[in-house]
Amino acid sequence: MEKRRANEIQIFKKRKLVFTAAAAAVILLFWTASFVTQYDTLLGLSSFPRAFAWIIKSMVPNAKAIERLPNILKKLAETALLSVAVTVCSAICAFFFALLGSKTTKANPLLARVVRIVAAFFRNVPDVVWAMLLMFSFGQNVLTGFFAMFLTTFGLLTRTFIETIDEVSNDCVEALDAAGANYMQTVFQGILPSSIAEVITWVLFMIETNIRSSTLIGILTGTGIGYLFDLYYKRLDYPSASLVVLSIVVLVILLEIISGGIRKVIL
Amino acid sequence: MPVLELRNVSKTYNNTTRALHDVSVTVEEGEFVSIIGPSGAGKSTLLRSVNRLVDATRGVVILDGQDITRVRGKELRRVRTKTGMIFQHYNLVNRLSVMENVLHGRLGHKSTFSGALGLYTEREKEQAFFILERLGLTEQAYKRCDELSGGQKQRVGIARALMQEPKLILCDEPIASLDPNASKIIMDYLRDINKTMKITCLLNLHQVDVAIKYSERIIGLTAGRVTYDGPAQKLDKKTIYEIYQSNEGELITDMKE
Repeated sequence: MEKRRANEIQIFKKRKLVFTAAAAAVILLFWTASFVTQYDTLLGLSSFPRAFAWIIKSMVPNAKAIERLPNILKKLAETALLSVAVTVCSAICAFFFALLGSKTTKANPLLARVVRIVAAFFRNVPDVVWAMLLMFSFGQNVLTGFFAMFLTTFGLLTRTFIETIDEVSNDCVEALDAAGANYMQTVFQGILPSSIAEVITWVLFMIETNIRSSTLIGILTGTGIGYLFDLYYKRLDYPSASLVVLSIVVLVILLEIISGGIRKVIL
Repeated sequence: MPVLELRNVSKTYNNTTRALHDVSVTVEEGEFVSIIGPSGAGKSTLLRSVNRLVDATRGVVILDGQDITRVRGKELRRVRTKTGMIFQHYNLVNRLSVMENVLHGRLGHKSTFSGALGLYTEREKEQAFFILERLGLTEQAYKRCDELSGGQKQRVGIARALMQEPKLILCDEPIASLDPNASKIIMDYLRDINKTMKITCLLNLHQVDVAIKYSERIIGLTAGRVTYDGPAQKLDKKTIYEIYQSNEGELITDMKE
């Protein structure tokens, strides 16, 4: 008994030692990295106030920027609608693709693996890179942005839908199989109703994400709100450029509120 | 003519795990049969080999006079409509209404198109209401299934099975997740269905006392082999210990004395 208790105390001591060693390692790593990159923590921190002062001085929207608001809003609406269109299109494609990749509903194991690999490939190439690649074939065009976002959204949604389908459908698929339902009936009567809430949640989330990334892609492809930002930025018209950013932030927050409401209703 | 006949059925998973070993069972029309045995004895596998959710490795399954061991596609769907199944975890589509879940029992009879879109005939809907009324679920008909209690969910499961107009109902641990009160209600309904509608019932049960009380015949399954097959009354203590491979005083049923 005595010996066992001594052992247990020993375990606590050991745990403490491990934590101390880990903390020391992290600090050492930080110090080494700072030294190699010649990063000065103090200088970095002390430049914050000046940076903020500059932002406030030169980036707060002024009267001239406000004049441009209608134009900005028009482009913003265009971008938002494009994101909605992209996300909905890719979600529909991704759902049927995910059926082939899911463990419970796959048509055959080889195809399921191919689906997973294709989805991983589309997902792991950033949409900006897709946009650059697709620019060669489509040029500076809305279509380029559309396809770039379509591919990454498709990859990501396929992956998440596969997980959703795996999660929700084991039990009800078995029951519907036992009742003599065929594949399409099981999908539409069992899997779709079971997973629809999560599917919608993900679609809403991807619409938000795509509005954000379409800004960046727009800079490359010269379309939408990104083009406008780029234009003002390069003209050194910082107040207008920051108004563009602010309007995007407001739109995304608005969307978050709306989708939060929708989620509350459907869940 | 027996409604179900298993002839020397064996099932091996992944060429290694042997779930069933040379099982031969005959079930006559209108019987109420319970299968008992320890966990992992192959009870679920046996039940699922009847509606081909599990394919037997060897042996023959004859349902309603037809060899169904190798049927496929459309014919398999048709065969499956003859057996309703009730599950331990109810296996309902929780986001749909009670009514829709009950109507799922008709899917095997319907075309792909009308089944997928959920287009049911008036007659089917009336029948669903009739069954719900019988199971005391009229008030719940339009509720979503995730609003129901466990006992109610299991009654929806029974309603879905009845909707198939089956010859045979397979029950995989129908009361294992229910409290004693709901368990009694479910078992009473199953017995009632068996007696009045003449639907054969084949159950997996963990509760030996329930099996003895409700069923006419009991099948004991131990490590994939049938170790007892006979009337419920003749099942004595010694045989129960043999089925569960345990010694006297080790089972929960021993607690009564």
